[in-house]
Amino acid sequence: MATDHLHIAAALDGAGWHPAAWREPAARPDALFSPGYWADLARTAERGLLDFVAIEDTFGIQSGLLGNNDPDRTDQVRGRLDALLTASFLAPLTSRIGLVPVVSVTHTEPFHVAKATATLDHTSLGRAGWQPRVSARAAEAALVGRRTVADVRRADLRDGLPSGLADLFTEAADVVEVVRALWDSWEDGAEIRDVATRRFIDRDRVHHVDFAGRFFSVRGPSITPRPPQGQPVVAVLAHRAEPYELAARAADLVHLTPGGPGFPDAAGVLADVGRAVDAVGGRAEPLRAFGDLVVVLDTPDEPARERLRRLDATAPIVSDAAVFAGSAAELADLLLGWQALGFRGARLRPAVLPDDLDRIVDDLVPELQRRGRFRTAYPEAGGLRGLLGLPTHVPNRYAHA
Amino acid sequence: MSRKQIILGAYLGGVNHHTAWWHPRAGSQIDFTTFEHTARTAERGKFDFFFLAEGLALRERAGKVFDQDIVGRPDTLPVLASLAAVTTHLGLAGTLNATFNEPYELARQLATLDQLSGGRAAWNVVTSFDAFTGQNFRRGGFLDHSQRYERAQEMIEAVRTLWDSWDGADPLADKASGRFLSRPDAGAFTIRSSQFDITGRFPVPRSPQGRPVILQAGVSPQGRGFAARSSDAIFSPYGRLPEAAEFYRDVKARAVAHGRRPDDVKILPSASFVLGDTAAEAQERHREVRQQQVTGQTALILLEQVWNRDLSGYDPDGPLPDVDPDADAPPIIQGRAFVHQDRLATVAKWRKIAEEKGLSLRELVIDQFERGPFVGTPQQVADALDDFVQNDGADGVIIGSHLVPWGLDEFVDRVVPLLQERGALRADYTGSTLRDNLGLPVPAHAAPAATAVR
Repeated sequence: MATDHLHIAAALDGAGWHPAAWREPAARPDALFSPGYWADLARTAERGLLDFVAIEDTFGIQSGLLGNNDPDRTDQVRGRLDALLTASFLAPLTSRIGLVPVVSVTHTEPFHVAKATATLDHTSLGRAGWQPRVSARAAEAALVGRRTVADVRRADLRDGLPSGLADLFTEAADVVEVVRALWDSWEDGAEIRDVATRRFIDRDRVHHVDFAGRFFSVRGPSITPRPPQGQPVVAVLAHRAEPYELAARAADLVHLTPGGPGFPDAAGVLADVGRAVDAVGGRAEPLRAFGDLVVVLDTPDEPARERLRRLDATAPIVSDAAVFAGSAAELADLLLGWQALGFRGARLRPAVLPDDLDRIVDDLVPELQRRGRFRTAYPEAGGLRGLLGLPTHVPNRYAHA
Repeated sequence: MSRKQIILGAYLGGVNHHTAWWHPRAGSQIDFTTFEHTARTAERGKFDFFFLAEGLALRERAGKVFDQDIVGRPDTLPVLASLAAVTTHLGLAGTLNATFNEPYELARQLATLDQLSGGRAAWNVVTSFDAFTGQNFRRGGFLDHSQRYERAQEMIEAVRTLWDSWDGADPLADKASGRFLSRPDAGAFTIRSSQFDITGRFPVPRSPQGRPVILQAGVSPQGRGFAARSSDAIFSPYGRLPEAAEFYRDVKARAVAHGRRPDDVKILPSASFVLGDTAAEAQERHREVRQQQVTGQTALILLEQVWNRDLSGYDPDGPLPDVDPDADAPPIIQGRAFVHQDRLATVAKWRKIAEEKGLSLRELVIDQFERGPFVGTPQQVADALDDFVQNDGADGVIIGSHLVPWGLDEFVDRVVPLLQERGALRADYTGSTLRDNLGLPVPAHAAPAATAVR
């Protein structure tokens, strides 16, 4: 694949990322919990040859940005399905596109996360990734009742994260580390099926991980053999120093919000991430930066800026990522500009589903293809790592060659 | 229609010595194609549901990862969610542990599976107090044995409260009026009990079958009472009349005592089968399979679970070990359910049987570690299965083959048509949910503002 190709992912959430999306004519708000809705979206994204679909999730019910607590309204989409299981459902219905669900790590068991993500990689034949998510709200802690998390106010965030919240990111790095170790706990070829000795596995190639950290310990090995990709893709959405360091330590991809309200521009966020990589002592494999952007695109009936004005008049969007409204050509210009600064691609958040996903697939992708900057077919092999240009042969930490 | 309809579940052989992984046609235990083929075959045979067990730790023997027979499996819920995409009517049942999961997360995952499958999810509730398994979990193996049923009971009640936390009206999703929800607190719950103190809002609406089906095992009187009160179906340990009929009567009576209809709780033992063109051929195939399943080494390991001693020095073709079980030593086999409650009594019984029948160690294991298979011609197996159900030994069976994933095909091709012919199995699905398949009512919705305080 040409090295100047852009990577494009679509992030799917409910009726779309705009709070008024569910009231649009093509929206299917009564189908948000139905299998057909998700199948249609994933097939559309795959038709567009996108790198992956990200499936949004939060541990608790939707309640606005951190620092807001507004769950109890009746005029916006509330409720959602578990993203990892939704991705698992989509695996047999798709064949090439990556599947990257958000998975909560603060109130869940790292062992469960490891076998679930490994299994998604098995069922999708090597197309799995996941996005670890910290649950920082007191209301989310109350859903499990085993620990307390103090709510953060906006004002608390001005001078770095409060220590309790910073700890959640340190813990998340431990979760990713133990998940990666559990993926490796079975070496490739550990299953030998030796009939003569009746040994199903070579137990010297199955390893306890014996992880003991500040927050939890896990003995291992995993119950699930090593996933096809070896190490499925880990993606972190990050907005400030602590999550940048989590991404630098633990992730393959970092999703950034250049130009989002209160955040630096594209060059600025890349520089911040570069500092975080230095702060953790560098990396062997470069961290791939994706720009997150809410997109409102021109439709045959209505220019994007008018669409956005109309949507905002119903319910104004409040977003961590910048909101783009314009033509597919203008969006291509913006994304290629980001690429020139060092971004590998973009994770686009369609403002309205299916409208803006359709426009990404039917307008943006052909626009990029015309410019020679996007694939015209999926490669034959290589899984999601291969699609993203990550090494497809990943050494196992426990294998002594 | 007076004939009882036989409920059929299909299990996929996994981590045990029954599954013939050494067979030349044996497939992967991990690849999705294995699960897909078995589920599609079960659906072709108009089965009620597919059933998948759970793994939380690899077994160990004497402190080392167990390497004899099948080791490793994929995660239960993601496999079932993937199967939802390739099936349309088949129920999707999974074992999930009440100790190493929390009600909010488990309820959310099962409700998601129920939505993605259009109302076909089921949960087999098991509990564990096993500190060995606990080493894989941040919460550890904290649960006292005496709290098992308490935890399981409260877990089921909590999960049901969460499943009922949305009423049928929501989401309203009314574009014109701009009301997505009819009430601001859809999904609100508060649960305070000895095991749980949780509050918040549950994010998944009620499914097309109201809520997932609940399955449980119930052997002890406490377990039976618990299951008769709170389950939609019970895994019976009895595959043969008359003890099966006694269990059946007992559990149905207990259900009635809890104000339920006898039909509201289904009784389902697990079963295997071996077919042949003649009765003699089937018996011979069965004997061969048993010989292959229980090698000398496998026999010793199976007995080690009961003796709790290293028996590797004994001759499988000789007599049973002359030593007594060591009940006080740390377990030699870790990470698998222990089903023999009283080691000394079990050993005494086996010694008596071995002496009476003149059985070697290995022969005794072949004789005793049997799951009551249906062996015979397709007609004989159909007759036996139908008689068993019509005589109230059970409401159906959960059936699996020693050959993964191709073994079930033979049952579907040769036995299922005979059951359909006599009107004991549906010719085609008549509903779309698992409750439709099982003839279970859609549960009434709990009162609004669902709150359970114990």
